[in-house]
This record gives sequence, structure tokens and C-alpha cells, in this order.
Amino acid sequence: MTAFRLKDGGLIDRNSRLRFTFDGRAMTAFAGDTLASALLANGRMLVGRSFKYHRRRGIVTAGAAEPNALVTVGTGGRREPNTRATMLEMFDGLVAESQNRWPSLGFDIGAMNGLLSPMIAAGFYYKTFMWPAKFWEAVYEPLIRRAAGLGRAGYERDPDRFEKCWAHCDLLVIGAGPTGLMAALTAAWSGARIIVADEQARLGGALVNEREVVDEAAGSAWADGVAAELASMPNVTMLPRTTVFGWYDSNVFGAVERVQKHVAEPSPKRAVERLWRIAAKRAVLATGAEERPLVFGGNDRPGVMLGGAVRAYLNRFAVAPGARVAIATSSDAGYRTAQDLASRGVEVAAVVDVRAEAAPRDAAGARVVSGEIVATLGRRKLRAIEVSNAGKRERITVDAVAMSGGYSPIIHLACQRGAKPSWDERLNAFVAPATQEGLSIAGSAAGIYALAQCLQDGIDKASAALRLLGRTPAAVTRPAVEPRDDTSSAPSWRVGQVRGKAFVDFQNDVTIDDLGLAVREGYGHVELAKRYTTTGMATDQGKLGNINAAGIIAAARGKSIAEVGTTTFRPFYTPVSFGALAGAHRGKHFAPVRRSPLHRWAEKHGASFVEAGLWHRSAYFPRAGETSWRESVDREVLNVRRNAGLCDVSTLGKIEIFGPDAAAFLDKVYCNGFAKLPVGKARYGLMLREDGFVFDDGTTSRLGAEHFLMTTTTALAGPVMAHLDFCAQVLWPQLDVRFASVSDQWAQMAVAGPKARVILQEVIAQDISNQAFPFLGAAAVTALGSIGARLFRISYSGELAYELAVPARHGNAVADAIMRAGEPHGICAYGTEAMGVMRIEKGHVTHAEINGTVTPDDIGFGRMVSNAKDFVGRAMLRREGLVADDRLQLVGLKAAGDDRRIRAGAHLLARDAPASTANDQGHITSACYSPILGHHIGLAMLKGGRRRHGEQITVWDGLRGEGFDAIVGPPAFVDPENARLHV
Amino acid sequence: MASLIACPHCGIRPKEEFAIRGDAAPVRPAADVPASDDRWNAYVHLRGNPMGRHREFWHHAAGCRRWLIVERDTATHAVFAVIDAQDVALGRTAP
Repeated sequence: MTAFRLKDGGLIDRNSRLRFTFDGRAMTAFAGDTLASALLANGRMLVGRSFKYHRRRGIVTAGAAEPNALVTVGTGGRREPNTRATMLEMFDGLVAESQNRWPSLGFDIGAMNGLLSPMIAAGFYYKTFMWPAKFWEAVYEPLIRRAAGLGRAGYERDPDRFEKCWAHCDLLVIGAGPTGLMAALTAAWSGARIIVADEQARLGGALVNEREVVDEAAGSAWADGVAAELASMPNVTMLPRTTVFGWYDSNVFGAVERVQKHVAEPSPKRAVERLWRIAAKRAVLATGAEERPLVFGGNDRPGVMLGGAVRAYLNRFAVAPGARVAIATSSDAGYRTAQDLASRGVEVAAVVDVRAEAAPRDAAGARVVSGEIVATLGRRKLRAIEVSNAGKRERITVDAVAMSGGYSPIIHLACQRGAKPSWDERLNAFVAPATQEGLSIAGSAAGIYALAQCLQDGIDKASAALRLLGRTPAAVTRPAVEPRDDTSSAPSWRVGQVRGKAFVDFQNDVTIDDLGLAVREGYGHVELAKRYTTTGMATDQGKLGNINAAGIIAAARGKSIAEVGTTTFRPFYTPVSFGALAGAHRGKHFAPVRRSPLHRWAEKHGASFVEAGLWHRSAYFPRAGETSWRESVDREVLNVRRNAGLCDVSTLGKIEIFGPDAAAFLDKVYCNGFAKLPVGKARYGLMLREDGFVFDDGTTSRLGAEHFLMTTTTALAGPVMAHLDFCAQVLWPQLDVRFASVSDQWAQMAVAGPKARVILQEVIAQDISNQAFPFLGAAAVTALGSIGARLFRISYSGELAYELAVPARHGNAVADAIMRAGEPHGICAYGTEAMGVMRIEKGHVTHAEINGTVTPDDIGFGRMVSNAKDFVGRAMLRREGLVADDRLQLVGLKAAGDDRRIRAGAHLLARDAPASTANDQGHITSACYSPILGHHIGLAMLKGGRRRHGEQITVWDGLRGEGFDAIVGPPAFVDPENARLHV
Repeated sequence: MASLIACPHCGIRPKEEFAIRGDAAPVRPAADVPASDDRWNAYVHLRGNPMGRHREFWHHAAGCRRWLIVERDTATHAVFAVIDAQDVALGRTAP
């Protein structure tokens, strides 16, 4: 016989019939079922295969600790592997598949591993795959990778939404069993702002699974009433289906709410899962206790379950685990299971109590055997158990076993921040330190098991927490319950005699023998044994097996379990989906997009955009008939050098600097002087790091005696701003200076080319002739008759050029006006690619050159560095290594013979020198095709390069196997005399 | 690390709003200290990284943009004090 649905009872809705499939087979369930209860109701005892030996496995628990019943749920993009059937609420149309089996769950080739078990015991991994060494990549690794993992993730895009949020409260109640509900009620009546989180959909904890009477009502009905009352209060947030998975510093808790995992078709308007970060002033941990399995031979056969799980299926789901059930127990809880089974007419074959002299208990008429299970029998399902009783062996026919090995308080969260659990001799369990800042542990989680005491402890711990928050707790009376305490147990980490395999960790197939082997081979420390045997390393993280494992290791080492201790508790308490952790940050929302105020203008001109950090910058503007980016870029460059062009440079960092000490401040942050910069002038500035290397460059203009405008490179706009903050607040706090980023407030466009002035003059009111507005002029001007703008006569391209800044909202209109005015003069839009080509032709540097390893002198600005003032980087710049004359210095390069493409990243060697690190003389930093010169050029950092103009060297590209000779020259290829800047 | 930091200007804020620069102990030598002096080397290169109580520069980058000195325990993650770095630099607050 298998498990079956009882004719009546349970907290299921028999009027609401649901259809689902398991491994393609259609089955029915009722509303209120979990997938696990529905499978049992359909007689499915075999639901999965274990990880290593592929053994047949059935449902063991009715909750979060389930190690065996892992299934893949859903189809397409909603396919989700390794879902615990015990936690999955049934819905109509649910599709589930078993895992880790091939070709089918009933017949699995991988089960042959079981026959090989003597060869693949604990640690086989470390012993087997050692030799021959060359087998690793070809044979072992592919083999291991294929065997690894349980369910397989899908490849389709998840269609559902995920989200994250913060919440704040006075008191967070974790777990809404009897303890948590009383704690919540106490706090709620006291007016505190509270959040109640529970992993189950139905609140009440054990009250939902057991036959308790509270205030003369069924326990589950009482819990429903309290939950409804709490939900109706404005100061209470109820979070059912929410697992609090982590406790973090500052009393912040992580929780995941399964908003729509229990519905057939999730609404696209709401998230399916929501990740909460809850900042709680205090929390009450009321997570209850986990029942421990017993470790006996064949304890993994489908049909062997925890006693508490048997009661949950019986009472909550009206499912009997079998027709004839044996109870194996080291705890009085086994007798409660016997009573519950008997009350539903299920035959109890025997109560096998491992305690030698168990006091007589009410076994509901069943036979009590003082002894232990030695083995279980049956091929596809459990048929009998073999019991050892005072030296005698006896076979008892059963189809299910309910095992109760005592309780372990669920203290994971309380031990995630470094607190060590300690062994409690009275409870036979590890408990968490009772006093930790911000957290109180209540009820079964604190080792208080009797219902009456749990209810009272909820009131007491909440009241104490409220007092610590300065609140007066409301007077709350504990509800009336029948007095009973049947939770006393004797420690039993394993039975004495074992036939077959006795499993400690079900999911990872760790047996008593494996733990013994680990101890014998020197891996007896609990943390080493965990990793050597993989006990506690499965998706259930040893929730069921860890304490038994510690007890077995302790016995093997001749130590006490207190000395052996537990492994470290870390988040997450149960697995959290990647979707929930990613939240909305996926696809296009992974990172924000920054668009320039001139983005629309660029789009209108057909820009091809490139991502530069978060920015989308216009790279080039292809025209009809152009077949490659190079063609467009060459055209843009030639047109700028012959006529004019407009380029969007809005992404540059812009910082307004004000104050009587603004000039003195700039003198500190730049290596060159700014104090004497006249009003109305711009100056190129080099900013160093304190170690003497160049940090960033840009132009800074003086717009007034106490007002400057700094520009930074696009990439370092943020870091420069943080650096200025540090300099002003920490290094030179006495300077009276204030600054603000205005990067987003201004649209800025470079207008370059011989015709730039004629064109610009048409939109600018003021005279911008060479006499009125010479090179490096900076002034407030009026654009389009009324727009307050700023004009800078600076040039990155090497042509006559201006940069015009207008308030961001006017950017597109002004750019349009300039393009209209420039049309008769042949203006074109040009992008960052053409800009890059022109700056290489001109020998200007970017972060390709100033990469954190160059000094001002390396890039030809040595004479710019002031000797007359203190500035960031001044002292370190004088270090021996930074002034050596064989440092890498900026040079220009072109092929010595026929034109060759020079590639950035290629290394430089003395002619005919073999390619070696010792012979390395530098590298190419930037390279391009120069349309004005008609050949390729490059900028390079070359050892002692400034002295070597005219020399031939070898450009060596090991990646492409290229090597050719090139001629060293000055970095400026175009207009080295700067004649074009001053026209 | 603390999940929440009490900024003296903005109140309790999540740690993600802050950027950490590290040890707040090194003091920039005066301008007239020669580059060869070991104080420069110590200032630029040497950083304390103790297990236990530590004072660090934190920048409230996504908030008030003030540089703060956060005194915390690197082992227990307890935060003892958060003060404005400029107040310390100007001697308005005891370091």
C-alpha cells in the first residue's frame, strides 16, 4: 500500500479540484495542497533521486528543510529547478518534473553508482582524479561537470518581474507560529509598527499541522483569527510566503516574498518575487524547531518520513503515509504521532523507542518495542522493517515509518553574524546566545517546546523588546490550551547496529561510514568533515542532518558534541532565486543609460552611438552610400579640417568653482598655476595623484575673479568631483571655496574647422573675431539672441575651434541653428571617432596615454609643472624613478616603408631585437588612419622617446604575429607649430 | 560591514550611498617637508588595516557629498562614531 487521501478532514478545499502533472502524468489535487501532499495523495512515494548514488527517494518533511523532494517546476522561461515540493503551493495546471534521473525516475542508469559506492565513498573526488594529469581536462572535468548539479536551468528568458524594496519597523516578528503570533499581537496592541514574516502561506506554524485546541477552538482556526486581526491593524504589515533569509549588520534583515509563485498565470503588473530589506529596531526570532531524523540502515527508503511531517500530512492535508505505519523514536513526540494516526484509523504497527527504559506513554493501543530499526526492506517501496529488540531480531511488515529524533531549535539567523551556538545538555541541541543586540529568540527557537509556554514566551519576549524601545507593552493574556509536554527526548545520533547504508545527509548521500572515514583520514574537524564528505553542503544545507553528523563525528573522535560544535551559519537560510536578487536590474535596466542633451540632434543626423561608461555617445554619422565606419570617419575628419564640423562634447565633466580662495584651491589641485589666470581666459590643466602620476586633464576657465569653470574628462567626472571634495574638506579646509557639478546642466558643442568662426558668429551676439576673442578666450555670450551661453576658444582637433555651452534645454535648438548657419559653409556633424582621429593627428592625450603610470614630463608637459607652489603630487613627482631619463615618453609613429596599420597595444622593440620582456621598449597607446596624411599613424610611449625622433624601431604585435619597422617622431603630426589655433 | 550609517548631516542611510577611501590616520606633510622625508612615503603608501577599532574616511557620495570619519570595529562591524572630516581637519572636533 502507498500513501492515500483520507475520506474527510484536513484544511483542504475538497470542492476545489486542481489538475497538475508530474513527469507528464496527469494527477489531481485540492486547493490547500502542496505539491508534496498532492503527490502523496496520489500514491507517489518515489519523487526523486539522490545526488551521488541516484537512490530512490521519497518525501521526508512537510517544510523548508526537505532534502529529497526537489523538482523542476514550470515550462519555458518560467522553468525553475530544485524547487522543494513541500513548499510549493498547488495551483491548477502546475507542471512538475523529477530530477537527476535518466531515462526515467523509475529506471535510472545513474543508480549504478550505488554499486560502485565502495569506490566513491567520501573524498573519492580528491583521490581518484589525480592521474594521469592530462586526463583532467579531457576526461575528468567534462565527466564531473556532467554529473554535477541536480535540476537543469532553462535557457529562455524569464518573462516575470522581480522587485526589491526597503521596509522599516519597530519590531520584526520572524515566524508566525504560536510564539510569533502572540509576540505580534502583543506588539500590535501596544501600537508599535511591526512586520510579521512567515515562509508559509497559511500562518500558524505548528498549529496548522497539529491537533491542538487554543481558546476552545482548533489551533488552526485560532491562528486564522489572530492573523486576520493583525492584518486589519494599520500598524501591522503581514508578509506571508516570505522567508527571512539573512540577518545583517545594523539589524537589517533580508527577506524574499513569493508574491505570485502559487498562481498558474502571474499577473504581469506585479512582481512574482520581492526582495525585502527590513531595517528593524528590534526583532523576535520565532522560527520554531526542526525535527531530527534517526540514522538507521535504509532510513532513506521512500515511505520513511519525519514524525512531524506524518502528522502534518495527516492533520493538514488529510493524507495518510501508508496503511500500516511503524514509529521509530527517541522522543515522546513519536507517541503523539501514534495517537494522531490511530485517531484517523491508520494502523500503527509498532512504536520502536530507542530509549532503553522509556517510561510508559500513551501509544494509542499500539505495541511499544524498546529497540531500534536495523534495516528497512522493499525494492520499489517500503515493505518491512527489521527491528532489534534486546538481542532478538524481528521483521515487521509496514509501508511507512515515522521517525522522531528530537528537536533542533532553528537558530540560523541568530548565528549569521558571528555568534557561536552552544550545546545545551538538557535540550540535546545547539542553542543561540540569548542576548544579542536587537534580536530576541522566542519559543521553540529558544528551546521552549510546550505550546502553553511558547504562547507565553511570545508575549514575554515581545513585551521585553517593546520596553527596550521605550514603549509600554499592552497587557496580554495567554490563550487557554490543554497542558501537555511530549517533547522530551534522549540523544540518539545513530542506532547501534546498521545493515545497509544509514544516511546522515540524504541529498548528498553522506552515510555514517563516510563520516567515520573522514575522521580516520584526518578530516575530523567539523568544518573539514563537512567539506570532505559534503555533509550539509546540499541545497538544504544540512538542516536535517547536521546535528546527527556532529554527534557521529564526536563519537568517532571520542569527544563530546559540545567540543565538536557546528559548522558556520551563513545567509541564505533557504535558496533565494537569482531573479529576486537581481530584481529589476536586468537587460536594459542592468545599468542606467546617460544620454547627452544633444542626443536628439545626433539621432536626427543619423548618429551611430557607442556606449562609453553609462553614456551613449555619437561615434560617427554615416551617410547614404558609405559602406564602412572608416569611410564616414575619414569624411568627417577631412571636412572638419577643410570646412567645419560640430561635435557633441556635453559628456565632459563640468564643475563650477566659487569663492575668494577659488584660485588658490585650483593651484593646489593642478600641477600648473591658475592663480594668475586672467578673467576671460581658459587654461589647460593637469591634475596629479598624490603619488605623482597624472590623474586627469581638462581646461579650466576663469569667468570672474572668484569664479572658475573646470572641465574634466568624461570618464573621470565623478572621481574628480570626489577628489575635489576631499581636497577642500580634508586637505585644505581653511580655503574659502565652494563648487558644484553642472555636467548635466549644460549642453556643450565643439565647433571646429577653418570656417568655425564665420558660422558661429551668426548665432553669437558678441564679436568673436580673433582680436576680440583670441585663442584661449572664455566668455559669457548670448546665443540666438536671448540664450545665456558660454564660449571657450579651445581646440582638441588642432583646428580653429570653439566650445559653446548652452543650458541643456536649449542644446538641440542651438545645435540646429549652428548646422543651418553652417550649411552654406559645408559644416558636418562629427562624432567621437573623428574627434579621436584628429586628436591623435594633433598629438593630444587621453586616458589611453594618461593611464595612471605617466608623469607630466612623460607626455611632454614637464615644463608646465610649477616649482613655486604646493600641489597634490608635488613631493612624489620628484622621486628618482619618476624623473629618470629613460622613462617611457610620448612619441608619434608611422610605418618606415609602405603604409602599415598600427595597432594600439603592440609593443616596441629596438630594430631586429628578439621579442622579449627584457627587450621591451614601450607600446602603442593610440592608433588610427589619418585621412589628411593618407597613412596610418600611432601614438606610443617609448623608452627615452623624446631623444629618439628619426630613429627606426620595430612595432611588434605578438597577438597577430605582426612585426614591422616604424619611424619615431614628435607626437603632433598636424600643425606642430599651432599656427591654426591663432588665426 | 554596517548596513546603515548615521551620517551627521543626512541621518541614517544605507551603506551603498557611501564610498570608502580607507585609513583616516595618515596626515599630509606640510609643503616644506622635502620629498625625501619618510613622512611622504608613509602618507602616500602606508595604510593601517587593523582587526578591531579603525578610523576611515567615508565619502557620502550619493548624499551630502561630505567626507566623514567613520570609527568602527572591523571585526564586529560595530560603528562607534561618524563625524564630519572637515570639523576634525579644522580642529573643531577631537579626532
